Amino acid sequence: MTQVRVTVDGVNYADEVEPRLLLAQYLRETLGKTGTLIGCDTSNCGACTVHLNGRSVKSCSVLAVQADGGEVTTIEGLARDGQLHPVQEAFRECHGLQCGYCTPGMIMAAVDLLGDNPDPTEHEVREGIEGNLCRCTGYQNIVRSVQSAAKNMKPGAVAQNAPVAGGGN
Amino acid sequence: MIPAKFDYVRPTSVEEAVTALRDGGEDAKILAGGQSLLPVLRLRMAAPSVVIDLGGIPELRRIAEDGDRIAIGAMAAHHDVMRDDLVKQHVSLLGQATETVADPQVRHRGTLGGALAHADPAGDLGAAALALDAEFVILGADGTRVVPAAEFFTDYFTTAIGEAEILTQIRFPKYTGWKTHYEKFNRTAQAWSMVAIAVALKVDGGTISEARIGLTNMGSTPIRATGVEQALVGQAAGKDVAKAAAEHVTEGTHAPSDADAAADYREHLAKVLTGRAVLTAVG
Repeated sequence: MTQVRVTVDGVNYADEVEPRLLLAQYLRETLGKTGTLIGCDTSNCGACTVHLNGRSVKSCSVLAVQADGGEVTTIEGLARDGQLHPVQEAFRECHGLQCGYCTPGMIMAAVDLLGDNPDPTEHEVREGIEGNLCRCTGYQNIVRSVQSAAKNMKPGAVAQNAPVAGGGN
Repeated sequence: MIPAKFDYVRPTSVEEAVTALRDGGEDAKILAGGQSLLPVLRLRMAAPSVVIDLGGIPELRRIAEDGDRIAIGAMAAHHDVMRDDLVKQHVSLLGQATETVADPQVRHRGTLGGALAHADPAGDLGAAALALDAEFVILGADGTRVVPAAEFFTDYFTTAIGEAEILTQIRFPKYTGWKTHYEKFNRTAQAWSMVAIAVALKVDGGTISEARIGLTNMGSTPIRATGVEQALVGQAAGKDVAKAAAEHVTEGTHAPSDADAAADYREHLAKVLTGRAVLTAVG
């Protein structure tokens, strides 16, 4: 067993884990953060996307022990004081989901994309979420959601209670 | 699926890592960014006894100017390589090839050294490293040795890195002002290259004075298309020249046939893509 100390959604954790434990499993099974989903066995689908030290990663392709000393944000850590993150809000408003399975990963990838590029073109959005698959093929509304979120996240566009993750860095 | 059990060590220096690798025996495995290794472990296609994680050695992530070369630490993430100003200015072909690797999440974790050491013939970075005459700095118990790109890739997933050795740095000569492009053909998002062409051209007054062309997935290793290079040098950079030179691209190649494409289709693709790549590079 190896010790992992990690901050997840603002809370510090220290756990003894098997080195082979994937970060996705650690989040879901050890911490109970089942908002992060596992959709494939091949690292393609991106449903398990979280942020590790501010960058989107596929948590099925990171060992929990590799996250030692790091900071993880999951879909469960985006809302602030009961208020949805603008990207979450946009997915709801624009119907950016059908079955919803890819949604947590899509949103985490989109938040990272918008932090990097606050005003992406449609093409840039499609490239930015290239690592995430929607098996319902609901991409049209997903892309619309990300573009709508970008609009709403522009400085002065909406009143924010607190800085949001991915809102520029 | 989850990986089989393994022991895990996270050394804090390259020397410590080499010792751990030697002590770990033949079943020890180096973990760089893990974007190839972890899927392989999960699918139980490999079950190493010890995994040695290089993630705890910050110096391996450094990208720096080293005289007339750009030295990139083996653990530099793809994302950092393609955004780096030194890379953009002096080794733009590497940056362009890196931008096409997998997807953003994978580029955040995956590393230059990891990808090159993995040596998948469909990987994008080998062709660029070969075309650009990169040097591979390899550390073992007996010290450091430097292997030129032309001798680094030896076969499918096989390189000149010895059993108890670690790739620590990749050095690129500067190609400041060269015209470069990486033309990749794949079927879907995230997919590996069916074929790709790495092109770097030195153009003086409209004439190509030097040419370097690397091929992805046209054999068991990255391949240098010397026939195309020779056909380009001394010529004016234009459509007819590009098309005529591209006819040489299959010389010395052994294109694979697999579920994605048959060998003859790959050969056809290579010619079309070479023409396109040369024209895009010269703009």
